[in-house]
Amino acid sequence: MSHRRFTLYLLLLMGILLATLVFSLGVGAVSIPPRRVLNVILNSAQVDRDSTDIAIVRDLRLARVLLAALVGAGLATAGAAFQALFRNPLADPYIIGASSGASLGATLAITLGLSWGFAGFGPVPLAAFLGALLAVFLVYIIAGSSGNSTVIGMLLAGAALSTVLSSAVSMLMLISNESIHEIFAWLMGGFSGRSWIQFWSSGPYLVIGMALLWLCSRPLDALSCGDDTAQTIGLSLRKARGGIVAAASLVTAAAVAASGIIGFVGLISPHIARMLFGATHKRLIPTSALIGAILTLFADDLARTIMAPLEIPVGIITSLVGGVFFIYLLKTREQGTRGGP
Amino acid sequence: MTSTLELVNVTCAYNREPVVRHISLQAHPGEVLALIGPNGVGKSTLLRTMARLMRPVDGSVILVNRDLWQTSAREIAKQLAFAAQSNDVTWAATVEQVVALGRAPHRGWFLPLTAHDRQIVQKAIELVGLEHLRDRTSTKLSGGEQQRMVLARVLAQEPSILLLDEPTSHLDLKYQTDILSLIRHLAHQEGLTVIVSLHDLNLAAIYADRVALLSDGELAVAGTPTEVLTSDWLSQVYGVPILVMKHPLRDIPFILPNIDLSEKVENDTESK
Repeated sequence: MSHRRFTLYLLLLMGILLATLVFSLGVGAVSIPPRRVLNVILNSAQVDRDSTDIAIVRDLRLARVLLAALVGAGLATAGAAFQALFRNPLADPYIIGASSGASLGATLAITLGLSWGFAGFGPVPLAAFLGALLAVFLVYIIAGSSGNSTVIGMLLAGAALSTVLSSAVSMLMLISNESIHEIFAWLMGGFSGRSWIQFWSSGPYLVIGMALLWLCSRPLDALSCGDDTAQTIGLSLRKARGGIVAAASLVTAAAVAASGIIGFVGLISPHIARMLFGATHKRLIPTSALIGAILTLFADDLARTIMAPLEIPVGIITSLVGGVFFIYLLKTREQGTRGGP
Repeated sequence: MTSTLELVNVTCAYNREPVVRHISLQAHPGEVLALIGPNGVGKSTLLRTMARLMRPVDGSVILVNRDLWQTSAREIAKQLAFAAQSNDVTWAATVEQVVALGRAPHRGWFLPLTAHDRQIVQKAIELVGLEHLRDRTSTKLSGGEQQRMVLARVLAQEPSILLLDEPTSHLDLKYQTDILSLIRHLAHQEGLTVIVSLHDLNLAAIYADRVALLSDGELAVAGTPTEVLTSDWLSQVYGVPILVMKHPLRDIPFILPNIDLSEKVENDTESK
């Protein structure tokens, strides 16, 4: 695909994202048509100053919708990075333990009834954020000490640590009967009740992490070709892996802290982007991010409406739709091509 | 730029099990050095050691008066390029994008490629005859096309030392000769140092200036094709009777197995 054509598609994708944002702002218990949403956002003279629509759009929905887009973009970016790093099409942002670490952190915070926060994070998001980072760090250390093939080492250590942490989560859920519903709702992930506080506490990490991963496009290209090739064209594996794992985990931890564990967006968005725009990360990272944002917005819209007025966790929607879509992808993919990123 | 690569008493091991022992060998600018020997004799291990992918447990690899391991991977990559044997192409980018990665050591990891880089990439693609497949997804190429693509990526690195592990294993006769002629041309005309492992002893006889014969992890003998590719050496190292004649058209050895077909076939089907 030529540079000009790609730029055109990129602009188109951004347009779709903007349209989805506007549409999503109108969706919910009170339905607001897109034109009115635009008027409210653009502060048009046609809107009364004290219209309830202003309160609904600006105070309630805007932060939630922007957060959903940012989280979706972040998960997709981290997924693309991990798929390249592990040369594994099934890699997702949680592959090296971020989700289980976050789960344990959040579960602990809920069962212990912690109340302290930091830097805009409430107790549960903060515990999830730290849990995710701590788990990934542990995996990295365990894999590093296990010898040369640290990529496989990280996958194995991630799987092992996830099992241990998940059993701890189950244990805590059993012990603390009364908060089981809260824990469960958190584990399924969602944007219910999220506001500007969550947006501003998680947003910076998401944006910085994504920018770092985009900067690492060429190292990600090199790693996609295999460790030997990457090394012989001059990549320091240790530095590149360390940097990419750190950036992708920062993004994942911030996403999990903001919205719990939302599955499948980080897995399928890079696949869709790769099919449409090719495998170079300079293109793959931004297009994955845009697709991830759009998918997450639609999933959140569904979560808000299909059982209205009840909101269901968005993770249920993404796993359901994403899983089915993934099966469709696998079925329609040409036979004979190897499934690597 | 021209460079000499020197192995000094190199011993390599996997899990403390030595695979390659006490090998001293020099490769000079302007020559093609072929590594030959039976399967599993340590040719790939030796090439990986020279490519700075494997650290020797003893001895050193010297590139232009500096130990390979005292130099950064990026510095090495500017001078030395390596094409591995298994071209396990896992990155579904286009041929051009894969070959362009060869510019990374010169351009760095964050700067965009220049027009000059693009030119070198195009030239490398043309040298291996893949210009018609430039925009094809690399995972959809045939084995031989992938092998040529990897070679183009290596050439785009503009190395002064070229390490190739069985570069012709997936190629038909035309491309075997095309690629080896290209490699020989690069050595003789542009002063590259080429070290290549080859299965086909006759190709080694035709294209190599010097041949190093490995036997069970050790260097049996090194010298010109005429000195090394003898019936005695080959029969001894490969463990089958091998007949060496004079090439009918040129002053080089011509090698063929000397098998008595009337004999019963025993558990010796391994040799190819």
